[in-house]
Amino acid sequence: MRPFILILLAGLAACASNQASVPPAVTAVQTRPGIDPFADSDPFPSSYRPGPSMKFAIVGATILTGTGSRIDDGTLLVSDGKIEALGTDLAVPAGYSRIDGRDRWVSPGVIDAHSHLGVWSQPETVEAQSDVNELTDPNTAQVWAEHSLWPQDPGFDAAREAGVTTLLILPGSGNLFGGRTVTVKNVPVTAVRDMKFPGAPYGLKIACGENPKRTYGGRGRSPATRMGNVAGYRRAWIDAADYARRWEAWRKAGGAGDPPRRDLQMDTLAGVLRGEILVQNHCYRADEMANMIDIAREFGFRIRAFHHSNEAYKVAPLLVREDICAATWTSWWGYKMEVFDAIEENAAIVHAAGGCAIIHSDDNLVGQRLNQEAAAALSAGRRAGLDIGEAEAIKWFTANSAKALGIADRTGSLEPGKNADVVLWSANPFSIYARADRVWIDGAAVFDRGDPGYRRHSDFLVGQPGQGRRP
Amino acid sequence: MIGRLSILLGALSLLLPALPANARTIAITNGRIVTMVGAGEVDNGTILVRDGRIVAVGADVSIPAGAEILDAGGRIVTPGLIASGTALGLIEVRNVEAADDRATDRSDVSAAFDAGYGLNPDSLLIPVARLGGITRAIATPSYGNDGNRELLFAGQAAAIALGGGPILVKRGVAMVLDMGDAGAERAGGARGGEIVALRAVLAEVRDYVRRRAAYDRGETRDYSLSRADLEALIPLVEGRMPLLVSVNRASDIRDALALARDERLKLIVEGGAEAWRVAAELARARIPVLVTPVDNKPASFETLGATLTNARRLAEAGVLIAIQGNGNNRERELRYNAGNAVAAGLPWQQGLAAITVNPARIFGLAEQIGSLEAGKDADIVIWDGDPLDTLARPVAIFIRGERQPMTSRQTELRDRYRSDGR
Amino acid sequence: MIRLLTAFLLGLAAPAAAADIAITGARILTMGPGGAIEEGTLVIRADRIVAVGANVPVPANARVIDGRGAVLAPGFIQADSTLGAVEVSQVPTSADRATHSRRISAGFDISLGLNPDSILLPVSRLAGITHAVVTPLYDDRSGRELLFAGQAAVVDLGQRPDMVTRPRVAMVLEMGEGGAGRAGGARGATIVALRALLDDVRHFARNRDAYDRGAGRPQSMSRIDLEALVPVAEGRMPLIVKLDRASDMLEMIAFARAERLRIIFDGAAEGWRIADAIAQAGIPVILDPVQNLPKSFSELGATLENAARLHAAGVVIVLRTGSGVAHRARELRYGAGNAVAYGLPYDAAVAAITINPARIFGVGDRIGSLEAGKEADLILWSGDPLEPLSQPKAIFIRGIEQPLTSRPLELRDRYLPAAISSTGSPSGGD
Repeated sequence: MRPFILILLAGLAACASNQASVPPAVTAVQTRPGIDPFADSDPFPSSYRPGPSMKFAIVGATILTGTGSRIDDGTLLVSDGKIEALGTDLAVPAGYSRIDGRDRWVSPGVIDAHSHLGVWSQPETVEAQSDVNELTDPNTAQVWAEHSLWPQDPGFDAAREAGVTTLLILPGSGNLFGGRTVTVKNVPVTAVRDMKFPGAPYGLKIACGENPKRTYGGRGRSPATRMGNVAGYRRAWIDAADYARRWEAWRKAGGAGDPPRRDLQMDTLAGVLRGEILVQNHCYRADEMANMIDIAREFGFRIRAFHHSNEAYKVAPLLVREDICAATWTSWWGYKMEVFDAIEENAAIVHAAGGCAIIHSDDNLVGQRLNQEAAAALSAGRRAGLDIGEAEAIKWFTANSAKALGIADRTGSLEPGKNADVVLWSANPFSIYARADRVWIDGAAVFDRGDPGYRRHSDFLVGQPGQGRRP
Repeated sequence: MIGRLSILLGALSLLLPALPANARTIAITNGRIVTMVGAGEVDNGTILVRDGRIVAVGADVSIPAGAEILDAGGRIVTPGLIASGTALGLIEVRNVEAADDRATDRSDVSAAFDAGYGLNPDSLLIPVARLGGITRAIATPSYGNDGNRELLFAGQAAAIALGGGPILVKRGVAMVLDMGDAGAERAGGARGGEIVALRAVLAEVRDYVRRRAAYDRGETRDYSLSRADLEALIPLVEGRMPLLVSVNRASDIRDALALARDERLKLIVEGGAEAWRVAAELARARIPVLVTPVDNKPASFETLGATLTNARRLAEAGVLIAIQGNGNNRERELRYNAGNAVAAGLPWQQGLAAITVNPARIFGLAEQIGSLEAGKDADIVIWDGDPLDTLARPVAIFIRGERQPMTSRQTELRDRYRSDGR
Repeated sequence: MIRLLTAFLLGLAAPAAAADIAITGARILTMGPGGAIEEGTLVIRADRIVAVGANVPVPANARVIDGRGAVLAPGFIQADSTLGAVEVSQVPTSADRATHSRRISAGFDISLGLNPDSILLPVSRLAGITHAVVTPLYDDRSGRELLFAGQAAVVDLGQRPDMVTRPRVAMVLEMGEGGAGRAGGARGATIVALRALLDDVRHFARNRDAYDRGAGRPQSMSRIDLEALVPVAEGRMPLIVKLDRASDMLEMIAFARAERLRIIFDGAAEGWRIADAIAQAGIPVILDPVQNLPKSFSELGATLENAARLHAAGVVIVLRTGSGVAHRARELRYGAGNAVAYGLPYDAAVAAITINPARIFGVGDRIGSLEAGKEADLILWSGDPLEPLSQPKAIFIRGIEQPLTSRPLELRDRYLPAAISSTGSPSGGD
């Protein structure tokens, strides 16, 4: 039995640090540490290090590249943690281990664009395990999901065994501003910094509709209505614009006088206004999505993706025009009024309109079968006469998700030079019977169904009932 | 065909799987056997185990062919320890309500609450306690305080085994009742109120026993208790089930003694912080006491007389004492508590008896467990030193003849993270 | 009665009437003694299947549906569902799944007050579901110490006023953590209270006259509840017991044996650990095949192989999906497919959503398989019904062909043209 590689904290010096969110050009002004939001733009840097990467070739597989292509009887070469080459008539160079892909399918690693793994962990029915919703104020833009994230959530293991290599972990939707999201690689670690996706931009979770108004209206405070929601967003953006202006003025003055008082909540909102932090917006209804687009225009920021967005099919052309992704489910509907009009074809229609459709989970069981959820959406689309191929639909949980997360230049598709985040499926991933047989992250094996050494269950399950005989 | 094996202890813990106890004969040889009964200590002795039971103990036991032999290497061999006053099997995490089955607030279930139901043999607390040498426990209900009801009894305790077969050994080994501060509070705030209510309830039960047929016709007076609770209290009023009373103040203990005498109840005193002050009366009435010897704090007005010497003084007065652990997650400290009592003057043999044969006697289990002699269940622990000493550890544990794994979730976590190459 | 008469008249006066429907050339999963028929014909007359087999002649004048290349399967049965009893989960007035009356627990009969016009029914039907075992839930608002949720019913999804196939098919009881919570916080109290209650019910059943005179033992339950529990206490009505932990199930097996109850486990996340004991006790198990996470301290052993292992041990299993949410009933066939992916034989998976639930809930003589004489509840699928990429081509419930529409499909058709008329090129990379 091969022990799973634990990537331990071990006082690692921050390597592969997050330098992507480039701070604006600033004149160096010395303040005490922590006073100036621009002095250290990345106070919780990633210390992720890829596992040992092999040179390997998957030969004879059907490859869905995530770029819209399907390669039958294809070969995929991986070296140094990157996709090296792929095609039909590729020779396997010496020194590459050869993996038989015949009768099997290859896709980019699955990316779950909406997950609460680790911030609402198993055993989820135990209240202490819920760190997802800071329901103390409608605006908690100051909280960061990564500070709730428990890497031992057994859900990460289950997701990895289902081919999920990257996840966007979001705060909950009870607040207008839920807090910062974090993008993680699905590797088993003991501290969240060791799984943070290096260089991935932060996101801000914003929630429309019923959840915030129910949470706060029920307490006799604002927002109690959708118009209260909108007033809440706008007030916050006004504050953020003012905050940004004060820092700019102080900086422009060469740091003369007292600096403005730093505010974590405003830091995040100002980051959105600067375009460094991506807006991930929980929003079901078509009319509300349109309103949010107006708000974004009013304050000069962009919305990266609407999440859940069950009525995206009603405003598909608008979303295409605004270049906003629609992340959604296929089968969920009807549990509350704002999701009453959900249809199975939602993703397919957005796709057919030329938009960025994403199948996400928001759920630790659905997150283990995003391929099936996408298959149901594909099936519904075909039922509606939309002729969409598997090579396109695979993007719904790979390339398009990567785009929404701002990491499409590194992962989400099988193209030379991209991170070797790869799944080898037992069958067509759009079949209900398909299972992820092998999974790689940055070219390092993280799961192999045939090797019990990879069934690394979380510490929580150590010594628990049935584990010895658990499949 | 199992041959005559002679295996060294160190290797044994790694090699021997926990095999079913039956149809196997095991000989533990070369042990310093502390039997806790007549024979006392047997040096260089042998214990013969067959079908989960002890069949022979002594210096000159002949070992049948085919027996597995475990050489104790001169180490101390004791009966498995018995934890009383615990909720092992009923609780997993105290702050997780769903994983805590110690207490009910249901208005029609108080005395009827039976800790013998809902036991969790997979509880992670069990292996942890077992590695402290504990092989049996008295799973004891406690009170739920959310129900706002004026309940009297917490329910019935059950004897459990920490391995070697079904967890439940015996239901209804005691009826649990708080007196003193907590009991008074639950009965409306005053001790007098509780005692009056108790006497009234016991009278109800006796009345119910005589008039069951009339009750079924709806022709009795209204009883304050549900039928299930009335039924559950019958063995108590008939003196067949002991009443385990948590009580600390000397005067409260006297009140409990008086109640037991008047109502002809079998009594067990639990807590007993000031029991040493009424030791002679307890001894005369032959009332056993469960004590926590390290608890020497005047934490409330009913424990002002708490002292480390409680156990010793009670034993000196001739009271049958059992020592309790420090509760559920900390049950493995049971033997340290006994060690502390010894440090405070209790003879070593009596310290060990207080966590083996004494609790067995108190809860009516002495026919099966608590000592090492022919006919008893093979609950046996081999120690690498003095079992009451923190530096000593069990090296082999048998429950009902079945060898127990020397692991717990904690040791598994340790092994997962240890970096010394093992 | 009327149905029988109609069938009789049809059969007599109009042999091979125009109403006959023949589905020909399909691969037929009969789920009955006939097994799978590679290329067979099935004939529907009125509300019944009158013939099914490889060499069944097509009656003259029958309407023929070409089933070549398609798969014909019995309608699926979603167990543990609230279809027909809820419209929007978070709109309480639209939900009739549970009662918080202080006088009604066991007496709650979900078959009364169901909504045959629910828009959830066509949605589920399009996923091949023709029947549901509608099962009451708990409403804990009242803070009452109730034990039972009420009585389940088998219904059809044909959107007919008379949607109840069979009422009062089982009593629902949650044990384990939920049951303990409702019994004051401890599992031990649940069992003690349950035993006392069953004794009271039996006493009530023996002494009804006395109760009518105002005599009899004091009772904690209302008369409605006592009456409802008589068939349970007498072993005539099965008791659905919701629980997950292995030791809870073992305890319940012993309890049911002692009390002579017929029980069905629902949940059973750790069932595989004691599969032999469940099989030996002959207890059917309803389970969610995709629940593989340790969501509570009672589900620590949850695994995707639960269904396969229980089946291998000889347990009769029923699959359910969607976490008991009626809106997600349509995932039933995917759940069955997942169970197959994790080791359950294909036929067993289909049986677990057709004939097994039909038998367990006392309607196995009417539905659940494609056999002559049974009600014509069937789906013609474009391919393997467990595959998402397959879709129904025709749906029959009691011989009535169902429209392949639903409210979501109508919404789709309202918005689809505008969405794709403005199609640009598919969006590119970042």
